[in-house]
Parts: sequence; structure tokens; C-alpha cells
Amino acid sequence: MSRIRLLWLIFVALMLTGCTGNDESWHGKDISGLMPELEFQLEGTDGNTVTPADSRGTIRLLYFGFTSCPDVCPTTLTDLRRSVGQLPEEYRDDVTTLFVSVDPRRDTPERLASYVDFFGDRVVGMTAEEPALRELTKRYRTTFGYDKPDASGNYNVSHSSAVYVFDRSGNARLLLRPGLSPEQISEDLAQLARESG
Amino acid sequence: MPVSSYLLPYDFSPLTLLSYMLVLGFYGAALLRMPEQDRPGPGRIVTFTLGVMLCYAVMQTRFDYYSQYMFFVHRGQHLILHHLGPILIALSNPLPVMRFWYQKISPSVRYWLQPLGWIYRLLQQPLIASFLFVGLIYFWLWPPIHFDAMLSRQLYWIMNWSMLLDGLLFWWLIFDPRSPAVTNALGYGKRILLLALVAIPQMILGAWIVFSRGMVYDVYEVCGRAWPMPPETDQLLGGLLTWIPPAMMSILGILIVLRRAMHEDGKFPKSRSLAGGNA
Repeated sequence: MSRIRLLWLIFVALMLTGCTGNDESWHGKDISGLMPELEFQLEGTDGNTVTPADSRGTIRLLYFGFTSCPDVCPTTLTDLRRSVGQLPEEYRDDVTTLFVSVDPRRDTPERLASYVDFFGDRVVGMTAEEPALRELTKRYRTTFGYDKPDASGNYNVSHSSAVYVFDRSGNARLLLRPGLSPEQISEDLAQLARESG
Repeated sequence: MPVSSYLLPYDFSPLTLLSYMLVLGFYGAALLRMPEQDRPGPGRIVTFTLGVMLCYAVMQTRFDYYSQYMFFVHRGQHLILHHLGPILIALSNPLPVMRFWYQKISPSVRYWLQPLGWIYRLLQQPLIASFLFVGLIYFWLWPPIHFDAMLSRQLYWIMNWSMLLDGLLFWWLIFDPRSPAVTNALGYGKRILLLALVAIPQMILGAWIVFSRGMVYDVYEVCGRAWPMPPETDQLLGGLLTWIPPAMMSILGILIVLRRAMHEDGKFPKSRSLAGGNA
């Protein structure tokens, strides 16, 4: 019986060692190693194809939403704009926000362009046909869904409320959950910008 | 969406498909080749196949998509992987099939398979088995772990497979068809005790989820739901699925074990009194 107990203790100890070893501290959720690197091929607002190569070397903030979004999307994009604005001057141009619309039926390139322009210069609006969007969201373990349209044809869209942060090399690093203040986001981005600047 | 896309896997896993095909293939081959008197009847074959196919369906069809993006569907998935599927498989008593294949294994291979037997016997210690059974539920539902498991494809697969394998181990221990009177299978009283023991922490966890005011599992909020549903409703349904059906299955299990115990009462001569000779 004591041998069994010993084996059990070793097993538990092994299990626990997997849970420690977190030496960097972030406000966002550290997702290093949990997710694949940044990769997509979408249509930009000018009709051209957009890939991660277009924003190579910068920190990428990937966000899924739609322009008719009543509150979550504008709030998030405003927060991102403010947190980039609070970065040390040298890093402000090193952050690209990638806004992927998961509502391609309503979000035409023109509509998307005027929407993202409202939230700063370094915001890229993108979308694609639904199957391509499904592929991309699946890659990042998220999804979206549509409600039934009301009498005037408006419908709600469920989508991820988090921002995926990729470092300059395109590795998935952080997940910014809703509830973080722009200051906290800014600190995380500065830390990321410094480490590979 | 065409019907076929509901039957095709959302996240195709060749290893999972292969495992299920091997299980069904070996089961079917054994049925055809084993002697008539050992062969399970049609009822048992259907029960076994149903159990296996249920587990397959929640892992490799469109159901998996909804389990990844709706908390309550995820709870339903684990209810099948950890409870219902393994219960059906264990109740179908596939022991003759396993025995048939075991006899086909050459002695030298059997020698090398011994460590598996040790691990199996260790995991089937009643206390370890019930600790694992409840522990795994708590482990994967511990909010930070749950968050990671839903974000990482690898962890997600580990989670589902560990739930299925542990479910098979536990329910096999409970519904082991060998009588404890003549083999070293676990006694009926202990089986009943284990079933009652594991029901309580599951009910506590389920009730805790149901009565939590805040969002316990925000990963579904963060990653988007399969369709717009109020988060509280999702959490409430998921909590209820964690709370009530497992408790009912424990009760059902107790009834089945009781029935078997009563059935066997007086069937076997008390070996101990025979050996001791002082009764």
C-alpha cells in the first residue's frame, strides 16, 4: 500500500509542476503556446487582399466584430485607441489593430473603411466570405453566430469579445479580456514592444 | 447547411476516428469468431454500439462545434463522455470480447503489457478511482484551467479523452460483471458507497454553478457563442446539467448494483465459511 501511496504522490507532484513557472506578469491572459501564430488572408477596405505580411514587424491586435455592433465593438476599439495613444511615443507606430468584420453581408468595404477610420490611423478593416471567416475564427478557437433579423432587417451577431495580441514575429501572446482599462492594456503593449523592439 | 455537414466532424481528429474504428472493428471481429456460448446477445451488442457511437457523435460531429462554444452543450458532451457512454459500454459487459482478444495475444507480448495491468489495478483502487472521477470534473471545470482548455486545441482534446477514459474506468469498476463472491471484483456494498460518494461533490459543484451570480466561465463570452444567448441562461443550464443528471445516474447505478446483489444473494455458497469450516 505504501508503494501505491508513493506513486500517487509522485503523480500529483508531476501534475502540479505543470501549473507553475509563470515569471512574466501581464494584465491580459498569457496565451503563449496555446494558439497558432498569426495567419490570414482577407479582403481589405480597398478591395485588396490583406495578409499578416502587410503589418510585419508590428504588434498586431486582432479583433472580431461588426460595424452595426451596438456597444462592445466601439468600446473595445476606443479603448485600444486610447491605450495605443498612451504608449511611449517611439512605440505608437508599432501597433496595428486588425478589425475583422464577421458580418460581411452588411459590412461593405466602404462601410468598413469609414468605421475603422473613426478609430485611428493604424486600424485595418477586413472581412471575407463566411466560409473563410469560419476558418479563421476556428483557428483562433472562437466563433460567431447570427440572430434572426427583426422587422426592419436588423440582427444581432454574437462574436468574440476579446482582443488577440500577437508579437512582432506573429506569435500569439496575450488575450485581452473585456474589463481591462486602457492603462493596463497600454502597459502590456509597452512591455511587448520593449521585449522585441 | 446540408445534413451531411452536421454528421461530419467540426474538428477532424484522425487519431480519434482511428480509435473508434479499431474498437468497433475488434468488437465486431470477435463477435464473428468467438464460440457461440460466449457471444453477447443482441441486446448487449446494441447497448455497446450505442455507447460507443454516442461518444463518437459528441466528439466527431457538429455537436462538437456547439460544445466548444456553448457552456451547456459542453456540459452535455461531458455528461455523455464521462457518464452515459461509459455506463452503456460497461453495462453491455464486453468482458467476453476482451477475454477473446487477450487469449490471442502471445505470452511474450503479454509480458510486456504487464505494466499496463499494474497501472490499471492502481487506478482501480476504489479511493483512487473515485478521487480521479470527481477530481477530473473539478480539474477541468476549475475556471483558469477551463479557460485554457477551451482556448488550446491540444488541451481540449486531452480534456475530452481524459474524461472518456476515466469514465470507462470508473463505470467498469462499478458495473464489473464478475461477482465479488467468486472473484476479486469490488464488493457490491463498496460499489454503492462509491456511487453515493461521487454524487455529492458533483451536486455541490453543479449547485455552485447554478447559484453563482457572476460569470464563472467567461471563456464562452470571450470566444463568442454559437448563437446569441444570454450568458446567465447558458451558465444556468450548464450548471443544471452538472448537477442533476449525474446525481440521477448515481441513483440509477445504485439500483442496478442493488438488483444484481439481490439476484446473487444465496447463489454462491459462502466461500469463506467453507474454507474456515467453523460456521
